[in-house]
Amino acid sequence: MGYTLDFTVVLDALPSLLWGCLGTIGLALSGMTLALAVGVGGVVARGSSRRWLRSIVIAFVELVRNTPFLVQIFFLFFALPNVGLTLNPTVTAIIALGLNGGAYAIEIIRGGVQSIDKGQIEAGLALGLHKGQVFRMIVLKPALRAIYPSLTGQFIMLTLTSSICSAISAYELTSVAQRIESETFRSFEVYFTITLMYLAISWLLMTGFSVFSRRYFDYPTR
Amino acid sequence: MPSTAAAASPSGDDPLIVMEDVNKWYGAYHALRDVNLSVRRGEKIVLCGPSGSGKSTLIRCVNHLETIKTGRIIVDGVRLDDSTRSVDAVRSEVGMVFQNFNLFPHMTVLQNCTLAPMRVRGVTAAAAEATAKRYLERVRIAEHAHKYPAQLSGGQQQRVAIARALCMEPKVMLFDEPTSALDPEMVKEVLDTMVGLARDGMTMVCVTHEMGFARQVADRVIFMAEGQILEEAEPESFFRAPKHPRARSFLGEILAHH
Ligand SMILES: Nc1ncnc2c1ncn2[C@@H]1O[C@H](COP(=O)(O)OP(=O)(O)O)[C@@H](O)[C@H]1O
Ligand SMILES: [Mg+2]
Repeated sequence: MGYTLDFTVVLDALPSLLWGCLGTIGLALSGMTLALAVGVGGVVARGSSRRWLRSIVIAFVELVRNTPFLVQIFFLFFALPNVGLTLNPTVTAIIALGLNGGAYAIEIIRGGVQSIDKGQIEAGLALGLHKGQVFRMIVLKPALRAIYPSLTGQFIMLTLTSSICSAISAYELTSVAQRIESETFRSFEVYFTITLMYLAISWLLMTGFSVFSRRYFDYPTR
Repeated sequence: MPSTAAAASPSGDDPLIVMEDVNKWYGAYHALRDVNLSVRRGEKIVLCGPSGSGKSTLIRCVNHLETIKTGRIIVDGVRLDDSTRSVDAVRSEVGMVFQNFNLFPHMTVLQNCTLAPMRVRGVTAAAAEATAKRYLERVRIAEHAHKYPAQLSGGQQQRVAIARALCMEPKVMLFDEPTSALDPEMVKEVLDTMVGLARDGMTMVCVTHEMGFARQVADRVIFMAEGQILEEAEPESFFRAPKHPRARSFLGEILAHH
C-alpha cells in the first residue's frame, strides 16, 4: 500500500473547514426557515376555497418531489438568469433548499393539521374567530407538535442535501472540502473529516430541535 | 307556532332565536325537516330525541356551524345568510358548549377564556383577564386558571368550557350533550353550573337527556325524531304524558337506562 494517511493537511485547513461548517449551518437554518414558511403557507393555500390556488400547490409539490434536487438547483441557477433574475450561488442554494424542503414540509404539516380534532376548529369558529385566526391560534401549534419528529427529520435531510449545493459553488462544507482536496489531493483525509463534521452538525441540530421542542411545546397532553 | 320574524315587536320581547321552515340536507340525507322554533329571551329549552334525530344539527345551524338549504334563521334580529357579517354578528352573541369540551390544549385555562374576547371583541388583555377570572370563579374553578386542560378532570374541563363561552357575554348559550362524555360522578358539577346559569336568567338551548335537569330548569321540552320536531311541551306534562308515540317509546328507553 503506497498511501500513508496524513492529517496535517486537514489540520492546516481546519479553519476553512470550520467556516465551511458554519456555511452549511447557515444554509441549513435559512433553508429550514424558508421551508417552514413555504410549508405553512402551502398548507393554507392547499386548504383554500380557490381551486386554482389549490392546484398550484398540488402541482408544485408533485414537481418538486418527483424531480432530482440537483436538477432543481441547476434550473434555478442557470435558467432564472434568462428571465432576468441573477442570484448569487448561496442565495440560490437557500431558495432551492427552501422550496425543496417546503414541498416535503407541506405534506408533513398537512398531515398534522388533518390530525387535529374538528371540534377544535368548531370551538374556535363558535367563539367568533375567523378561519385564519383559528388556523394560526388554535390549529397550528398542536399540529406542528403532532408532526414534529417527521418535520425535524426532514430538516436534517435538508441539511445533508445542502452538500449538493456545492454543484453551484454555494458557500458550504462540501464545496470547501472539494477545494482543499483539489489543492492537496488528500481525498480520504478531507472527506473522512467532513463526514464527521456532518455527523456533528446533525447531532447539534437534533439537540437544538429537542431543546426547542421542550420550550415551545411546553403544555401537557393527556 | 309563532313563525314570522316580521311579527317581531320592537319592544324587546321579540324572540331571540327564530327558525322558520328550516330544511337541511347532508348530501341526499334530509337531516332537518321543516323545523320551526322560536326561543324567547330568557327561555330555557331542552332538546331531546333518539341519537341521529338531528338535535346537534339543529343547534349547530343556529351559529352557522352548519348551513341550511331552505328556510330562515334569525338570531337577535340578525338574519343568518351566508355573509361573513351576519355570521360574525350571530357567533359573537351565541355561546356553545360541546360534548367533548374542545378546550384548546396548548393554552392555559385563562388563555382559553381570554382568546376570543381579545381577538374577536378587541378588549384589552387586562379587561379580558378580569372578565375571565369573574366567570372562572362563577364556575368555581378559578384556582386552576393557570393549568392546562390536560391537567383537569372532565367535569372541570367542561366547566372551563362554559366559562370560556360566557366570557364573550353571549345572549344565548347552546349546549350539545354537555354531560354525555363525563364520568357519572362529574355530571352533577356541570349540571349544577348550568342550573346556576339558568337561575341568572341566561337564555339556553340544551341538548341533553338529563331529565332531572329538564324538570328543574326547562320552560319547554322539545322532542325530535328523524329531523322533525314531533312534540313540544312543558317538562312536567312531557315527562308525565308524552303525546307522540315516538316520544313515549323514547322516554321508556331512557327510563330503562337510568
Ligand atoms: N357532517 C355530516 N355529514 C353527513 N351526515 C351527517 C353529518 N352530521 C350528521 N349527519 C347525519 O345527520 C343525522 C343527524 O345527526 P345529528 O344532528 O348529529 O343527530 P343527534 O345530535 O340528534 O344525534 C344523523 O343521521 C347523522 O348521521
Ligand atoms: Mg348529537
